[in-house]
Amino acid sequence: MTLDLLRFTTAGSVDDGKSTLIGRLLYDSKQVFEDQLEHVAAASVRRGGEGTLDLALLTDGLRAEREQGITIDVAYRYFATAKRRFIIADCPGHQQYTRNMVTGASTADLAVILLDARKGVLEQSKRHAFISALLGIPHVVVAVNKMDLVEYSQERFDELVVEFAGFAAKLGGRAKLVYLPISALEGDNVVELSPRMDWYDGPTLLEMLEQVEVAYDHPHDTPARFPVQWVIRPFTRSPSLASSATPPTSASLAPSSAPSAGPSFAADSAGEDYRGYAGQLASGALRTGQEVMVLPSGQRTRIAAIDTFDGPLEEAVAPMSLTLRLEDELDVSRGELICHPEQAPVVGRELQADVCWLNDRPLRPRGRYLMKHTSRHATAVVEELYDRVDVHTLERTDGPEELALNDIGRVRLRTSVPLAFDPYRGNRRTGSFILIDEATNETVGAGLVVSDS
Amino acid sequence: MSVAARPQLSHLRALESEGIHVMREVAAEFERPVLLFSGGKDSIVLLRLAEKAFRPAPFPFPLMHVDTGHNFPEVIEFRDRRVTELGERLIVASVQESIDRGRVAEETGPRASRNRLQTITLLDAIAEHRFDAAFGGARRDEERARAKERIFSFRDDFGQWDPKNQRPELWNLYNGRIHKGENVRVFPLSNWTELDVWEYIDQEELEVPSIYFAHEREVFKRDGMLYAWREGTELIDGEEVLSETVRYRTVGDMSCTGGVRSQAATLEEVVLEIAATRITERGETRADDRVSEAAMEDRKKAGYF
Repeated sequence: MTLDLLRFTTAGSVDDGKSTLIGRLLYDSKQVFEDQLEHVAAASVRRGGEGTLDLALLTDGLRAEREQGITIDVAYRYFATAKRRFIIADCPGHQQYTRNMVTGASTADLAVILLDARKGVLEQSKRHAFISALLGIPHVVVAVNKMDLVEYSQERFDELVVEFAGFAAKLGGRAKLVYLPISALEGDNVVELSPRMDWYDGPTLLEMLEQVEVAYDHPHDTPARFPVQWVIRPFTRSPSLASSATPPTSASLAPSSAPSAGPSFAADSAGEDYRGYAGQLASGALRTGQEVMVLPSGQRTRIAAIDTFDGPLEEAVAPMSLTLRLEDELDVSRGELICHPEQAPVVGRELQADVCWLNDRPLRPRGRYLMKHTSRHATAVVEELYDRVDVHTLERTDGPEELALNDIGRVRLRTSVPLAFDPYRGNRRTGSFILIDEATNETVGAGLVVSDS
Repeated sequence: MSVAARPQLSHLRALESEGIHVMREVAAEFERPVLLFSGGKDSIVLLRLAEKAFRPAPFPFPLMHVDTGHNFPEVIEFRDRRVTELGERLIVASVQESIDRGRVAEETGPRASRNRLQTITLLDAIAEHRFDAAFGGARRDEERARAKERIFSFRDDFGQWDPKNQRPELWNLYNGRIHKGENVRVFPLSNWTELDVWEYIDQEELEVPSIYFAHEREVFKRDGMLYAWREGTELIDGEEVLSETVRYRTVGDMSCTGGVRSQAATLEEVVLEIAATRITERGETRADDRVSEAAMEDRKKAGYF
């Protein structure tokens, strides 16, 4: 099974050709509309461009970005070919770089890392590679851009491949790396194979994007993880509904008929006792009749039914949203996790994690934060801060006093309630969490589980 | 009970699943959510996602329409019928009432529109009902300020969006924590494109208001757009009422939503037309976005949807 949706990330600054590359992909796949081009053309002229189309203006969304010629925030772009739909998380390279790259990388199946053929492997490309490896992006395409400016030289390309591979080996990521010589400006090897680099016989960038396998392609090779989000009990009215009286200034349509059930909810399953556990299958597959375990309690039962609005399923695979009914009446609530007993995650209140710090107020040992992990909330205390990686130099410092904005470091956390988690390397959904400041409610940290303490 | 076929995961199913996940997170983490339902295609898809997320139970939130009083009658008729079919509760927040109560002043002249006034009516309704989360059908492909907006879009107690200081949004872990008086606008269709929406409507066999299909209508041409003429519309010198075969790509206030010349009379034909179009839906049909380069960004900062 191949999911016909690919999420990928790009990162970089204005002058390394990233905007041109995205512009090229959008333009060549006919996703740039005439009125958008008119906008860009008009703005290019206003900003003193001499009749050239500045494709960077296509991707700059906010007034301040256009005024200052910078990119502030992650922007999401969409395009499609006959084979696949694509979501690009386009991350700026310089401002708030860790914060933006980590955000964009968190949901990506693939990262495109751009190198300038003239300049070689610069700090920013290294940083992007480091974050891609840390965030467990399974596929990395190293696109050596501006080949037109080095006379399409195979020798230069080979040099850069050796240089980058040497650096990547130190990162220890498990991504599959592929290298590709392109010219985004001229269109070489982006959508069309280049006639000017006949020494290159691999696929074009677009072909790679169309063919690469995504994590969900092999649900049967991955342990099932089903965090319960919401309990569906049709005959218990929720307090928020019960208390919303008809407001004085509004017309209200309140028909007396019961809500129409979907075709799947036949009378036998939607009876008085209906109790369904709703959530999104984070990984793996579940089948009706299978034995399952509920964590952290460890109670065991079997799957009585897998309900969806479109009918019951014999088997469900990630990333489907569904509703499970269980054979035994257990008291399962939001935040608990359903899995197969023989492939259970770790359950515990202590864990080691890498944390990317996203806030001006630094993380310090003994710091206390709210934590959201799958659908579960906890309070987490930083028991220990082991080290810090400087994302400029990638140097590691032991025993730092704090993690500042854009720092990444290893911590040990203790949580107020037991969590069912996996190492991030094994499962991006049950191995990730966010930290929230209790006072400001801001999202201040992104966490990747390394192990239980 | 018959057992359905093996699962298949098209990109539409993946987007659908993401939207359902978002809705359930909101239901679980907020006290008083509301779903903004305009009768337009995007909010029609939201209602289907809500059915998929919560049936066989009722929705854990009411629906709300911000009614400018200048809506297409076909859309209002459809809105009421759909709400009745679903058996859910609809709140209508009325711009006319905001005007009558002196909360806003009506624009005058032939170009008067109630589009801008909706923001006050919306913010008032959110405050009055103490809503802490509002689902909207906005998509990131619509407009470039929206391309940067989070799925959970935080608003301060003035309803303002601060685009330069958004909460990072990682994995599918949404931070729904707010203080009293603040709220979050939630966009489950963030990652959908206009074509996805139409393909989904086709796949799910959802009914949409008749104005989305080609029909003959009295229109007048202004600023390159075809606006619906109705009793009382003030024409500017040189404008005349014509009869044209049009359909609508977006459903908004009649005073600022243009129709497009089209022969697409069925869902299949609409999907084909959208797949081939070379103009964005807002560029083709919305006068409200033509004001300046940052028209949408400015309205969102003020509390717009």
